[in-house]
Amino acid sequence: MVPPVIVALVERFRLLVETVQDYTLFTFETLRAGFRRPFYVQETIHQLHFSLIGSLAIVLVSALVAGQALAIQLARELTNTGTKGELGHMMVISVVRALGPVLTGMVVASRMSAGITAELGAMRSSDQIDALVAFGTDPIRRLVVPRNVALVIALPVLTILGDGLAMLGGAFVGLQYHLTWALYWNGVMQYLTPKNLLVGMMKPFFFAILIVTTACWKGFRSEGGAKGVGLATTESVVIASVGILVTDVITTRLLFRALGW
Amino acid sequence: MIEFRNVDFSIGGNPILRDISFRVPRGKTKVILGPSGSGKSTVLRLLIGLYRPDRGEIFVDGEDISRVSAARLRQIRSRMGMVFQQGALFDSMTVGENVGYALLEAQGDDESDVEEPVRHYLELVGLDPDLIDRMPDQLSGGMQRRVAIARALAALDPVLLLYDEPTTGLDPQSAERITDLILRLRDAHGKTAIMVTHDIADAFKVADDVTILERGSVVFEGTGDELARASKPFINEFLAPFRKAIAAAQQQFQAAPRGPSGPSAAPHEGGRA
Repeated sequence: MVPPVIVALVERFRLLVETVQDYTLFTFETLRAGFRRPFYVQETIHQLHFSLIGSLAIVLVSALVAGQALAIQLARELTNTGTKGELGHMMVISVVRALGPVLTGMVVASRMSAGITAELGAMRSSDQIDALVAFGTDPIRRLVVPRNVALVIALPVLTILGDGLAMLGGAFVGLQYHLTWALYWNGVMQYLTPKNLLVGMMKPFFFAILIVTTACWKGFRSEGGAKGVGLATTESVVIASVGILVTDVITTRLLFRALGW
Repeated sequence: MIEFRNVDFSIGGNPILRDISFRVPRGKTKVILGPSGSGKSTVLRLLIGLYRPDRGEIFVDGEDISRVSAARLRQIRSRMGMVFQQGALFDSMTVGENVGYALLEAQGDDESDVEEPVRHYLELVGLDPDLIDRMPDQLSGGMQRRVAIARALAALDPVLLLYDEPTTGLDPQSAERITDLILRLRDAHGKTAIMVTHDIADAFKVADDVTILERGSVVFEGTGDELARASKPFINEFLAPFRKAIAAAQQQFQAAPRGPSGPSAAPHEGGRA
Protein backbone atom coordinates (compact mmCIF):
# COMPACT_ATOMS: atom_id res chain seq x y z
CA MET A 1 0.00 0.00 0.00
CA VAL A 2 1.52 3.34 -1.11
CA PRO A 3 1.15 6.07 1.54
CA PRO A 4 -1.31 8.83 0.51
CA VAL A 5 1.38 11.50 0.86
CA ILE A 6 3.50 9.73 -1.80
CA VAL A 7 0.47 9.40 -4.08
CA ALA A 8 -0.23 13.12 -3.64
CA LEU A 9 3.41 14.03 -4.35
CA VAL A 10 3.48 11.85 -7.48
CA GLU A 11 0.23 13.44 -8.65
CA ARG A 12 1.62 16.95 -8.10
CA PHE A 13 4.79 16.05 -9.97
CA ARG A 14 2.75 14.65 -12.84
CA LEU A 15 0.71 17.87 -12.99
CA LEU A 16 3.91 19.93 -12.95
CA VAL A 17 5.39 17.94 -15.83
CA GLU A 18 2.15 18.27 -17.80
CA THR A 19 2.04 22.02 -17.15
CA VAL A 20 5.65 22.53 -18.25
CA GLN A 21 5.01 20.40 -21.33
CA ASP A 22 1.88 22.40 -22.17
CA TYR A 23 3.70 25.74 -21.83
CA THR A 24 6.65 24.47 -23.88
CA LEU A 25 4.38 23.31 -26.69
CA PHE A 26 2.49 26.63 -26.57
CA THR A 27 5.76 28.58 -26.84
CA PHE A 28 7.01 26.37 -29.66
CA GLU A 29 3.71 26.81 -31.53
CA THR A 30 3.91 30.60 -31.04
CA LEU A 31 7.45 30.78 -32.44
CA ARG A 32 6.54 28.54 -35.37
CA ALA A 33 3.35 30.45 -36.15
CA GLY A 34 5.40 33.67 -36.38
CA PHE A 35 6.81 32.46 -39.69
CA ARG A 36 3.51 31.39 -41.25
CA ARG A 37 0.82 33.30 -43.09
CA PRO A 38 -1.46 35.08 -42.50
CA PHE A 39 0.43 37.91 -40.80
CA TYR A 40 -1.80 40.29 -38.88
CA VAL A 41 0.14 43.47 -39.62
CA GLN A 42 -2.48 45.94 -38.36
CA GLU A 43 -2.85 44.05 -35.10
CA THR A 44 0.94 43.90 -34.71
CA ILE A 45 1.21 47.68 -35.20
CA HIS A 46 -1.57 48.20 -32.68
CA GLN A 47 0.22 45.96 -30.16
CA LEU A 48 3.54 47.67 -30.87
CA HIS A 49 1.96 51.02 -30.04
CA PHE A 50 0.47 49.56 -26.85
CA SER A 51 3.70 47.95 -25.68
CA LEU A 52 6.20 50.61 -26.80
CA ILE A 53 4.44 53.95 -26.40
CA GLY A 54 2.29 52.69 -23.54
CA SER A 55 5.28 51.49 -21.51
CA LEU A 56 7.62 54.36 -22.33
CA ALA A 57 6.86 56.72 -19.44
CA ILE A 58 6.93 54.06 -16.73
CA VAL A 59 10.20 52.58 -18.06
CA LEU A 60 11.95 55.96 -18.32
CA VAL A 61 10.90 57.10 -14.84
CA SER A 62 11.89 53.73 -13.31
CA ALA A 63 15.26 53.76 -15.10
CA LEU A 64 16.09 57.34 -14.10
CA VAL A 65 15.28 56.66 -10.45
CA ALA A 66 16.98 53.24 -10.33
CA GLY A 67 20.07 54.61 -12.12
CA GLN A 68 20.43 57.36 -9.55
CA ALA A 69 19.91 54.96 -6.64
CA LEU A 70 22.61 52.66 -8.00
CA ALA A 71 24.97 55.55 -8.73
CA ILE A 72 24.61 56.90 -5.17
CA GLN A 73 25.70 53.52 -3.76
CA LEU A 74 28.60 53.18 -6.21
CA ALA A 75 29.79 56.80 -5.96
CA ARG A 76 30.08 56.63 -2.18
CA GLU A 77 32.15 53.44 -2.23
CA LEU A 78 34.31 54.61 -5.14
CA THR A 79 34.95 57.97 -3.41
CA ASN A 80 36.05 56.13 -0.26
CA THR A 81 38.53 54.09 -2.26
CA GLY A 82 39.70 57.12 -4.27
CA THR A 83 38.42 55.73 -7.59
CA LYS A 84 35.32 57.83 -8.21
CA GLY A 85 36.55 58.40 -11.78
CA GLU A 86 35.46 54.80 -12.42
CA LEU A 87 31.77 55.65 -11.85
CA GLY A 88 31.00 55.68 -15.58
CA HIS A 89 32.75 52.34 -16.00
CA MET A 90 30.86 50.76 -13.09
CA MET A 91 27.55 52.16 -14.32
CA VAL A 92 28.03 50.60 -17.76
CA ILE A 93 28.79 47.20 -16.26
CA SER A 94 25.91 47.37 -13.76
CA VAL A 95 23.26 48.99 -15.93
CA VAL A 96 23.92 47.90 -19.52
CA ARG A 97 24.94 44.34 -18.76
CA ALA A 98 22.72 43.50 -15.77
CA LEU A 99 20.28 45.95 -14.18
CA GLY A 100 18.91 47.66 -17.30
CA PRO A 101 17.44 44.67 -19.13
CA VAL A 102 16.13 43.10 -15.92
CA LEU A 103 14.59 46.32 -14.62
CA THR A 104 12.96 47.15 -17.95
CA GLY A 105 11.77 43.56 -18.31
CA MET A 106 10.25 43.59 -14.82
CA VAL A 107 8.51 46.93 -15.33
CA VAL A 108 7.12 45.89 -18.71
CA ALA A 109 6.12 42.46 -17.36
CA SER A 110 4.20 43.98 -14.47
CA ARG A 111 2.32 46.23 -16.88
CA MET A 112 1.78 43.90 -19.82
CA SER A 113 1.45 40.41 -18.35
CA ALA A 114 -1.58 41.38 -16.31
CA GLY A 115 -3.19 43.21 -19.23
CA ILE A 116 -2.64 40.42 -21.75
CA THR A 117 -3.79 37.63 -19.42
CA ALA A 118 -6.88 39.54 -18.32
CA GLU A 119 -7.83 40.37 -21.92
CA LEU A 120 -7.33 36.85 -23.27
CA GLY A 121 -8.88 35.29 -20.15
CA ALA A 122 -11.99 37.42 -20.67
CA MET A 123 -12.05 36.36 -24.32
CA ARG A 124 -11.76 32.72 -23.25
CA SER A 125 -14.58 32.93 -20.70
CA SER A 126 -16.89 34.73 -23.17
CA ASP A 127 -16.20 32.11 -25.91
CA GLN A 128 -14.51 34.67 -28.17
CA ILE A 129 -11.45 32.43 -28.60
CA ASP A 130 -13.69 29.48 -29.54
CA ALA A 131 -15.52 31.81 -31.93
CA LEU A 132 -12.20 32.59 -33.64
CA VAL A 133 -11.56 28.85 -34.07
CA ALA A 134 -15.10 28.36 -35.36
CA PHE A 135 -14.40 30.98 -38.04
CA GLY A 136 -11.28 29.10 -39.12
CA THR A 137 -8.80 31.46 -37.43
CA ASP A 138 -5.81 30.11 -35.53
CA PRO A 139 -6.03 32.03 -32.22
CA ILE A 140 -2.27 31.75 -31.67
CA ARG A 141 -1.59 33.47 -34.99
CA ARG A 142 -4.32 36.05 -34.43
CA LEU A 143 -3.76 36.86 -30.77
CA VAL A 144 -0.32 35.67 -29.60
CA VAL A 145 2.02 36.22 -32.55
CA PRO A 146 1.24 39.96 -32.99
CA ARG A 147 1.84 40.55 -29.26
CA ASN A 148 5.05 38.52 -29.38
CA VAL A 149 6.44 40.29 -32.46
CA ALA A 150 5.48 43.67 -30.99
CA LEU A 151 7.25 43.07 -27.67
CA VAL A 152 10.31 41.49 -29.31
CA ILE A 153 10.69 44.84 -31.11
CA ALA A 154 9.57 47.08 -28.24
CA LEU A 155 11.50 45.62 -25.30
CA PRO A 156 15.03 46.07 -26.74
CA VAL A 157 14.11 49.65 -27.71
CA LEU A 158 12.72 50.32 -24.24
CA THR A 159 15.84 48.76 -22.70
CA ILE A 160 18.14 51.05 -24.73
CA LEU A 161 16.13 54.11 -23.74
CA GLY A 162 15.96 52.95 -20.11
CA ASP A 163 19.72 52.32 -20.04
CA GLY A 164 20.28 55.81 -21.41
CA LEU A 165 18.15 57.40 -18.70
CA ALA A 166 19.80 55.31 -15.99
CA MET A 167 23.24 56.45 -17.21
CA LEU A 168 21.99 60.06 -17.19
CA GLY A 169 20.82 59.56 -13.60
CA GLY A 170 24.32 58.32 -12.80
CA ALA A 171 25.80 61.46 -14.38
CA PHE A 172 23.70 63.71 -12.11
CA VAL A 173 24.91 61.79 -9.05
CA GLY A 174 28.49 62.05 -10.36
CA LEU A 175 28.15 65.85 -10.48
CA GLN A 176 27.08 65.83 -6.82
CA TYR A 177 30.29 63.92 -6.03
CA HIS A 178 32.35 66.52 -7.97
CA LEU A 179 32.94 64.19 -10.89
CA THR A 180 33.05 66.18 -14.10
CA TRP A 181 30.47 65.56 -16.82
CA ALA A 182 33.27 64.82 -19.34
CA LEU A 183 35.09 62.35 -17.09
CA TYR A 184 31.86 60.44 -16.35
CA TRP A 185 30.80 60.14 -20.00
CA ASN A 186 34.36 59.32 -21.04
CA GLY A 187 34.25 56.32 -18.69
CA VAL A 188 30.86 55.34 -20.02
CA MET A 189 31.92 55.47 -23.67
CA GLN A 190 35.17 53.65 -22.98
CA TYR A 191 33.34 50.61 -21.58
CA LEU A 192 30.35 50.72 -23.91
CA THR A 193 32.02 48.02 -25.99
CA PRO A 194 30.24 45.77 -28.52
CA LYS A 195 30.62 42.81 -26.15
CA ASN A 196 29.02 44.65 -23.22
CA LEU A 197 26.24 45.84 -25.49
CA LEU A 198 25.72 42.32 -26.82
CA VAL A 199 25.27 40.94 -23.29
CA GLY A 200 22.74 43.66 -22.48
CA MET A 201 20.88 43.62 -25.77
CA MET A 202 20.39 39.86 -26.16
CA LYS A 203 18.45 39.48 -22.93
CA PRO A 204 15.40 41.60 -23.86
CA PHE A 205 14.60 39.26 -26.78
CA PHE A 206 14.32 36.30 -24.42
CA PHE A 207 12.46 38.35 -21.81
CA ALA A 208 9.95 39.55 -24.43
CA ILE A 209 9.15 36.00 -25.56
CA LEU A 210 8.85 34.88 -21.94
CA ILE A 211 6.51 37.74 -20.96
CA VAL A 212 4.17 37.29 -23.93
CA THR A 213 4.05 33.50 -23.96
CA THR A 214 3.40 33.15 -20.21
CA ALA A 215 0.74 35.88 -20.27
CA CYS A 216 -1.03 34.47 -23.34
CA TRP A 217 -0.72 30.88 -22.15
CA LYS A 218 -2.25 31.77 -18.79
CA GLY A 219 -5.04 33.71 -20.53
CA PHE A 220 -5.79 30.85 -22.93
CA ARG A 221 -5.88 28.29 -20.12
CA SER A 222 -7.85 30.36 -17.59
CA GLU A 223 -11.04 28.77 -16.31
CA GLY A 224 -13.76 29.61 -13.85
CA GLY A 225 -14.99 33.05 -14.91
CA ALA A 226 -13.86 36.28 -13.23
CA LYS A 227 -12.20 34.48 -10.30
CA GLY A 228 -10.26 32.22 -12.64
CA VAL A 229 -9.15 35.14 -14.81
CA GLY A 230 -8.01 37.03 -11.67
CA LEU A 231 -5.99 34.04 -10.51
CA ALA A 232 -4.46 33.55 -13.97
CA THR A 233 -3.52 37.24 -14.09
CA THR A 234 -1.71 37.06 -10.74
CA GLU A 235 0.07 33.86 -11.76
CA SER A 236 1.20 35.27 -15.09
CA VAL A 237 2.81 38.31 -13.42
CA VAL A 238 4.55 36.09 -10.85
CA ILE A 239 5.77 33.58 -13.46
CA ALA A 240 7.02 36.34 -15.78
CA SER A 241 8.83 38.16 -12.95
CA VAL A 242 10.55 35.06 -11.56
CA GLY A 243 11.11 33.80 -15.08
CA ILE A 244 12.96 37.00 -16.02
CA LEU A 245 15.37 36.53 -13.09
CA VAL A 246 15.97 32.87 -13.97
CA THR A 247 16.36 33.66 -17.67
CA ASP A 248 18.79 36.45 -16.77
CA VAL A 249 21.08 34.02 -14.95
CA ILE A 250 20.91 31.43 -17.74
CA THR A 251 21.49 33.91 -20.59
CA THR A 252 24.31 35.63 -18.69
CA ARG A 253 26.11 32.31 -18.19
CA LEU A 254 25.58 31.28 -21.81
CA LEU A 255 26.71 34.65 -23.19
CA PHE A 256 29.77 34.78 -20.93
CA ARG A 257 30.72 31.31 -22.12
CA ALA A 258 30.13 32.27 -25.76
CA LEU A 259 32.28 35.40 -25.34
CA GLY A 260 35.03 33.46 -23.58
CA TRP A 261 34.76 35.52 -20.36
CA MET B 1 -26.85 16.02 -43.62
CA ILE B 2 -25.47 15.73 -40.11
CA GLU B 3 -25.09 12.45 -38.28
CA PHE B 4 -23.67 11.51 -34.88
CA ARG B 5 -22.92 7.81 -34.64
CA ASN B 6 -22.21 6.25 -31.21
CA VAL B 7 -20.20 9.24 -30.01
CA ASP B 8 -18.48 9.15 -26.61
CA PHE B 9 -16.68 12.17 -25.22
CA SER B 10 -15.02 12.87 -21.88
CA ILE B 11 -12.97 15.66 -20.33
CA GLY B 12 -10.25 14.74 -17.84
CA GLY B 13 -11.72 11.24 -17.45
CA ASN B 14 -15.24 12.57 -16.74
CA PRO B 15 -17.72 11.28 -19.32
CA ILE B 16 -19.67 14.15 -20.90
CA LEU B 17 -21.42 12.30 -23.73
CA ARG B 18 -22.21 8.60 -23.87
CA ASP B 19 -23.06 6.73 -27.05
CA ILE B 20 -24.81 9.68 -28.73
CA SER B 21 -26.49 8.98 -32.07
CA PHE B 22 -28.84 11.20 -34.08
CA ARG B 23 -29.36 12.57 -37.59
CA VAL B 24 -30.34 15.96 -38.96
CA PRO B 25 -31.61 15.89 -42.56
CA ARG B 26 -30.70 18.77 -44.87
CA GLY B 27 -32.93 21.83 -44.43
CA LYS B 28 -34.30 20.69 -41.07
CA THR B 29 -33.93 22.13 -37.59
CA LYS B 30 -32.98 19.84 -34.74
CA VAL B 31 -33.45 21.07 -31.19
CA ILE B 32 -31.35 19.53 -28.44
CA LEU B 33 -33.01 19.92 -25.07
CA GLY B 34 -31.79 19.01 -21.63
CA PRO B 35 -31.01 20.37 -18.19
CA SER B 36 -27.78 22.27 -17.47
CA GLY B 37 -24.72 20.02 -17.57
CA SER B 38 -26.36 17.39 -19.77
CA GLY B 39 -23.80 17.87 -22.55
CA LYS B 40 -25.92 19.90 -25.02
CA SER B 41 -23.31 22.55 -25.86
CA THR B 42 -20.64 19.86 -26.13
CA VAL B 43 -22.53 18.38 -29.08
CA LEU B 44 -22.13 21.68 -30.96
CA ARG B 45 -18.48 22.00 -29.98
CA LEU B 46 -17.82 18.50 -31.32
CA LEU B 47 -19.60 19.38 -34.51
CA ILE B 48 -17.59 22.55 -35.08
CA GLY B 49 -14.39 20.62 -34.29
CA LEU B 50 -13.46 22.40 -31.06
CA TYR B 51 -13.34 18.95 -29.47
CA ARG B 52 -12.63 15.51 -30.93
CA PRO B 53 -14.71 12.53 -29.81
CA ASP B 54 -13.13 9.68 -27.82
CA ARG B 55 -15.14 7.18 -29.83
CA GLY B 56 -17.70 7.20 -32.62
CA GLU B 57 -18.14 9.19 -35.82
CA ILE B 58 -19.53 12.60 -36.70
CA PHE B 59 -20.58 12.96 -40.32
CA VAL B 60 -21.11 16.26 -42.14
CA ASP B 61 -22.44 15.59 -45.64
CA GLY B 62 -21.03 12.07 -45.53
CA GLU B 63 -17.55 13.04 -44.31
CA ASP B 64 -16.37 11.93 -40.86
CA ILE B 65 -15.00 15.15 -39.33
CA SER B 66 -13.48 13.31 -36.38
CA ARG B 67 -10.90 11.76 -38.74
CA VAL B 68 -10.03 14.66 -41.04
CA SER B 69 -6.89 16.83 -40.95
CA ALA B 70 -6.89 20.29 -39.37
CA ALA B 71 -6.78 21.92 -42.82
CA ARG B 72 -9.77 19.91 -44.06
CA LEU B 73 -11.62 20.67 -40.82
CA ARG B 74 -11.16 24.40 -41.46
CA GLN B 75 -12.69 23.94 -44.93
CA ILE B 76 -15.66 22.04 -43.48
CA ARG B 77 -16.08 24.69 -40.77
CA SER B 78 -16.40 27.33 -43.46
CA ARG B 79 -19.77 25.73 -44.35
CA MET B 80 -20.98 26.17 -40.76
CA GLY B 81 -21.93 29.21 -38.78
CA MET B 82 -22.11 29.12 -35.01
CA VAL B 83 -23.98 31.41 -32.67
CA PHE B 84 -22.40 31.06 -29.24
CA GLN B 85 -24.07 31.48 -25.86
CA GLN B 86 -24.21 35.23 -25.10
CA GLY B 87 -23.17 35.91 -28.71
CA ALA B 88 -19.38 35.86 -28.14
CA LEU B 89 -18.96 38.98 -30.26
CA PHE B 90 -15.37 40.23 -30.52
CA ASP B 91 -15.58 43.14 -28.12
CA SER B 92 -12.54 44.95 -29.54
CA MET B 93 -14.22 45.16 -32.97
CA THR B 94 -17.15 47.17 -34.27
CA VAL B 95 -20.43 45.55 -35.28
CA GLY B 96 -19.35 45.81 -38.92
CA GLU B 97 -15.97 44.17 -38.25
CA ASN B 98 -17.70 41.39 -36.33
CA VAL B 99 -20.22 40.64 -39.06
CA GLY B 100 -17.60 40.92 -41.80
CA TYR B 101 -14.97 38.97 -39.87
CA ALA B 102 -15.17 35.74 -41.88
CA LEU B 103 -15.23 37.62 -45.18
CA LEU B 104 -12.17 39.68 -44.24
CA GLU B 105 -10.34 36.57 -43.02
CA ALA B 106 -11.16 34.53 -46.10
CA GLN B 107 -10.63 37.19 -48.74
CA GLY B 108 -8.23 39.57 -46.99
CA ASP B 109 -10.30 42.41 -48.36
CA ASP B 110 -10.29 45.99 -47.32
CA GLU B 111 -13.02 46.75 -44.77
CA SER B 112 -14.81 48.99 -47.27
CA ASP B 113 -15.12 46.01 -49.67
CA VAL B 114 -17.23 44.04 -47.21
CA GLU B 115 -19.43 46.93 -46.11
CA GLU B 116 -22.19 46.08 -48.54
CA PRO B 117 -22.55 42.41 -47.54
CA VAL B 118 -22.30 43.41 -43.88
CA ARG B 119 -25.19 45.86 -44.31
CA HIS B 120 -27.15 43.15 -46.15
CA TYR B 121 -26.73 40.64 -43.31
CA LEU B 122 -27.60 43.23 -40.67
CA GLU B 123 -30.81 43.96 -42.56
CA LEU B 124 -31.49 40.23 -42.93
CA VAL B 125 -31.49 39.79 -39.14
CA GLY B 126 -33.70 42.83 -38.71
CA LEU B 127 -31.10 45.34 -37.55
CA ASP B 128 -30.47 48.87 -38.73
CA PRO B 129 -27.41 48.74 -41.06
CA ASP B 130 -26.28 52.06 -39.59
CA LEU B 131 -25.26 50.15 -36.44
CA ILE B 132 -22.19 49.09 -38.41
CA ASP B 133 -19.82 51.44 -36.53
CA ARG B 134 -21.17 50.73 -33.04
CA MET B 135 -19.25 48.63 -30.53
CA PRO B 136 -20.97 45.44 -29.27
CA ASP B 137 -21.28 46.77 -25.71
CA GLN B 138 -23.38 49.65 -27.02
CA LEU B 139 -26.11 47.19 -28.10
CA SER B 140 -28.82 45.44 -26.09
CA GLY B 141 -28.56 41.69 -25.42
CA GLY B 142 -31.12 40.89 -28.11
CA MET B 143 -29.34 43.06 -30.68
CA GLN B 144 -25.99 41.46 -29.81
CA ARG B 145 -27.51 38.02 -30.37
CA ARG B 146 -28.83 39.14 -33.77
CA VAL B 147 -25.41 40.53 -34.69
CA ALA B 148 -23.99 37.11 -33.73
CA ILE B 149 -26.49 35.45 -36.08
CA ALA B 150 -25.57 37.92 -38.84
CA ARG B 151 -21.89 37.10 -38.25
CA ALA B 152 -22.63 33.36 -38.50
CA LEU B 153 -24.63 33.90 -41.71
CA ALA B 154 -21.89 36.01 -43.24
CA ALA B 155 -19.41 33.17 -42.76
CA LEU B 156 -19.32 32.38 -46.48
CA ASP B 157 -23.08 31.72 -46.51
CA PRO B 158 -23.05 28.53 -44.42
CA VAL B 159 -25.40 25.64 -45.06
CA LEU B 160 -25.43 24.60 -41.40
CA LEU B 161 -26.22 26.94 -38.52
CA LEU B 162 -25.52 26.02 -34.91
CA TYR B 163 -27.28 27.96 -32.17
CA ASP B 164 -26.07 27.56 -28.59
CA GLU B 165 -28.88 28.78 -26.32
CA PRO B 166 -29.63 31.76 -28.57
CA THR B 167 -32.47 33.13 -26.41
CA THR B 168 -31.02 32.60 -22.93
CA GLY B 169 -31.11 35.75 -20.83
CA LEU B 170 -33.26 37.70 -23.28
CA ASP B 171 -36.62 39.31 -22.56
CA PRO B 172 -39.61 37.48 -24.13
CA GLN B 173 -39.94 39.98 -26.98
CA SER B 174 -36.25 39.73 -27.98
CA ALA B 175 -36.37 35.92 -27.62
CA GLU B 176 -39.37 35.78 -29.94
CA ARG B 177 -37.55 37.90 -32.53
CA ILE B 178 -34.63 35.47 -32.43
CA THR B 179 -36.79 32.35 -32.81
CA ASP B 180 -38.74 34.02 -35.63
CA LEU B 181 -35.44 34.74 -37.34
CA ILE B 182 -34.31 31.11 -36.94
CA LEU B 183 -37.59 29.95 -38.49
CA ARG B 184 -37.25 32.45 -41.33
CA LEU B 185 -33.72 31.26 -42.09
CA ARG B 186 -34.96 27.70 -42.29
CA ASP B 187 -38.12 28.35 -44.29
CA ALA B 188 -36.90 31.07 -46.66
CA HIS B 189 -33.23 30.15 -46.98
CA GLY B 190 -33.28 26.37 -46.43
CA LYS B 191 -30.60 26.41 -43.72
CA THR B 192 -30.02 23.20 -41.78
CA ALA B 193 -29.78 24.04 -38.09
CA ILE B 194 -29.13 22.57 -34.68
CA MET B 195 -30.33 24.60 -31.73
CA VAL B 196 -29.36 23.82 -28.17
CA THR B 197 -31.72 25.19 -25.55
CA HIS B 198 -33.42 24.43 -22.28
CA ASP B 199 -36.42 26.57 -23.23
CA ILE B 200 -39.27 24.21 -24.06
CA ALA B 201 -41.40 26.90 -25.75
CA ASP B 202 -38.52 27.79 -28.11
CA ALA B 203 -38.02 24.11 -28.84
CA PHE B 204 -41.63 23.58 -29.83
CA LYS B 205 -41.59 26.69 -31.97
CA VAL B 206 -38.55 25.95 -34.13
CA ALA B 207 -38.01 22.19 -34.00
CA ASP B 208 -38.59 19.75 -36.81
CA ASP B 209 -37.11 17.19 -34.51
CA VAL B 210 -36.19 17.12 -30.80
CA THR B 211 -33.46 15.23 -28.97
CA ILE B 212 -33.35 15.26 -25.18
CA LEU B 213 -30.12 14.62 -23.34
CA GLU B 214 -29.80 13.56 -19.73
CA ARG B 215 -26.34 13.15 -18.18
CA GLY B 216 -24.79 12.85 -21.61
CA SER B 217 -27.17 10.22 -23.00
CA VAL B 218 -30.05 10.52 -25.44
CA VAL B 219 -33.30 9.78 -23.59
CA PHE B 220 -35.70 10.93 -26.28
CA GLU B 221 -35.69 11.53 -30.00
CA GLY B 222 -38.73 12.47 -32.02
CA THR B 223 -41.05 15.29 -33.05
CA GLY B 224 -42.53 17.92 -30.77
CA ASP B 225 -45.89 16.15 -30.81
CA GLU B 226 -44.26 12.91 -29.80
CA LEU B 227 -42.42 14.70 -27.03
CA ALA B 228 -45.67 16.15 -25.69
CA ARG B 229 -47.08 12.61 -25.49
CA ALA B 230 -43.94 11.00 -24.10
CA SER B 231 -44.36 9.09 -20.86
CA LYS B 232 -40.83 8.32 -19.62
CA PRO B 233 -40.44 9.42 -15.97
CA PHE B 234 -37.44 11.70 -16.67
CA ILE B 235 -39.21 13.40 -19.56
CA ASN B 236 -42.39 13.88 -17.51
CA GLU B 237 -40.31 15.35 -14.72
CA PHE B 238 -38.38 17.58 -17.17
CA LEU B 239 -41.52 18.77 -18.93
CA ALA B 240 -43.77 19.11 -15.85
CA PRO B 241 -43.04 22.81 -15.18
CA PHE B 242 -43.65 23.56 -18.86
CA ARG B 243 -46.85 21.62 -19.57
CA LYS B 244 -48.88 24.82 -19.89
CA ALA B 245 -46.22 26.44 -22.10
CA ILE B 246 -46.11 23.32 -24.30
CA ALA B 247 -49.88 23.36 -24.78
CA ALA B 248 -49.75 27.08 -25.64
CA ALA B 249 -46.78 26.63 -27.97
CA GLN B 250 -48.42 23.67 -29.71
CA GLN B 251 -51.64 25.64 -30.16
CA GLN B 252 -49.77 28.65 -31.53
CA PHE B 253 -47.58 26.46 -33.74
CA GLN B 254 -50.54 24.60 -35.22
CA ALA B 255 -52.37 27.87 -35.91
CA ALA B 256 -49.37 29.41 -37.67
CA PRO B 257 -48.90 28.93 -41.45
CA ARG B 258 -46.08 26.48 -42.21
CA GLY B 259 -43.36 26.92 -44.78
CA PRO B 260 -42.50 24.40 -47.50
CA SER B 261 -39.81 22.82 -45.33
CA GLY B 262 -41.87 23.02 -42.15
CA PRO B 263 -42.78 20.05 -39.98
CA SER B 264 -45.88 19.19 -41.97
CA ALA B 265 -43.91 18.84 -45.20
CA ALA B 266 -41.75 15.97 -44.01
CA PRO B 267 -43.24 13.46 -41.57
CA HIS B 268 -40.78 12.21 -38.97
CA GLU B 269 -40.00 8.74 -37.86
CA GLY B 270 -41.55 7.65 -34.59
CA GLY B 271 -40.12 8.90 -31.31
CA ARG B 272 -38.02 6.68 -29.11
CA ALA B 273 -39.19 7.71 -25.67
